Amino acid sequence: MRAYRALLAKDVRTELRTLESVPAMALFSITTFVLFRFGLDRERLEGSLAAGVLLATILFAAILAINRVFVAEREQGGFDVIRLAPVDATALYAAKVSILIVYLLAFELIAVPAFAIFFLDDAAGLLPLAGVLALADLGLAAIGALVSSIAVNSRARDLIAPLLLLPLLVPVMIGAAGAAEPLLAAGGPSYDGFGKWMAVLALYDVVFCLVGYGVYEFLLED
Amino acid sequence: MSFRAPRILPALTVAVLTAGFALVFLWTPNDADQGFIQKIFYLHVPLASTALIGFMVAAVQAILHLRSGNPKWDVRAYVSIHISVIFGVGALITGAIWAKASWGAWWVWDEPTLVSFLIVFLLYCTYYPLRYAIEDRERQARYASVFAIMAGAFVPLNFLAVRLAQTLIHPRVFATSDGGLPPKMMLTFLICFAGIALLWETLVRFELASKSSRAKLGRLRRALEGDDAAGQPGSRIAPVPREARG
Repeated sequence: MRAYRALLAKDVRTELRTLESVPAMALFSITTFVLFRFGLDRERLEGSLAAGVLLATILFAAILAINRVFVAEREQGGFDVIRLAPVDATALYAAKVSILIVYLLAFELIAVPAFAIFFLDDAAGLLPLAGVLALADLGLAAIGALVSSIAVNSRARDLIAPLLLLPLLVPVMIGAAGAAEPLLAAGGPSYDGFGKWMAVLALYDVVFCLVGYGVYEFLLED
Repeated sequence: MSFRAPRILPALTVAVLTAGFALVFLWTPNDADQGFIQKIFYLHVPLASTALIGFMVAAVQAILHLRSGNPKWDVRAYVSIHISVIFGVGALITGAIWAKASWGAWWVWDEPTLVSFLIVFLLYCTYYPLRYAIEDRERQARYASVFAIMAGAFVPLNFLAVRLAQTLIHPRVFATSDGGLPPKMMLTFLICFAGIALLWETLVRFELASKSSRAKLGRLRRALEGDDAAGQPGSRIAPVPREARG
């Protein structure tokens, strides 16, 4: 637990000092919204189109953070230090999942209001949407931390992570888009099928947190 | 550890597959709705099911590899995934032909089974670039096993999510309210399924034997040339049994 707190605090401090991940993600998302504005030629979005644009943008922005989350460990010998220290490998996994969630939440605090300003007439759906995004973030982080530590030790780091991530994240996209669609519907939010999709997201989160917990030590030993 | 080519299994596979396809064309009745084209079902469904079962088998072998540290299980998991991906190509092609004939389009996005199979197939295709990208063999084996376990857990979750997302038009032939498959069709299907599963096992055994003997050949050649320091045997991507190393 102490190791987990120390690793998480280290990553938070690094991000606060370098501001490498969250600002880049925020900038990326706003540019992507502008691209969607012209790509779709629509000024207002609702329902499945709104959910798709928002979640695809979040997913691609998450890949930026996931690609970078182990770079310091790799380039500055952090992996060796952690292997030397009497620390459980799962502490590192838990810390990386947590820091990814922190990044994603901080990024969504900027991206979701920007999305609402650009595209939504009615912001009433945003509050329940926060719950959907929280579950989606956990799934993104659980898978992201695993894939990132595989990719960072490979030759084609920047290529492998998105290649593995995109198919693995299809169920997150399906679940989150299904839950967000009625919330962003034209006539104000409704809760049609909301529970079903939240259950799918929660199941996905639980399964991949357990898989990560079970296999992570094999990614660290050397 | 070395793998030998199977002797009886290929003959058994040929016998069961021949019997199965003879039943398909000579004994089983044509489908009342779809007519003759429905017979592709006896090839398409076994290919797809065997590929999915092969992916799950690979996940179990990957767990055994991580638990025991024995590279033999990594080689097995690799070959299981390899043959299953090939079967997956077959399932996608036969599925497209069937879809064109009975729904009028090569690809139907409303179709949960089709879409989830494609996603699973794409995921397993990334297994090769992943192996390619890791140079250290021991680490390559471990990471490949972690991937195989992740992907194995992903398969049922993905089918659940995609199925919930869409309407059902894929034929539900085994458990429908009007009784499912008639006995003649069911029996033929089971024989074809057994034949395709045997084919999978035969191909896996041959692939393992081929890897094993290629490694042995490399070792002998190096011994002959008196050059023990020559490069690693075998292809870059494929895992090599431990006996052949160094």
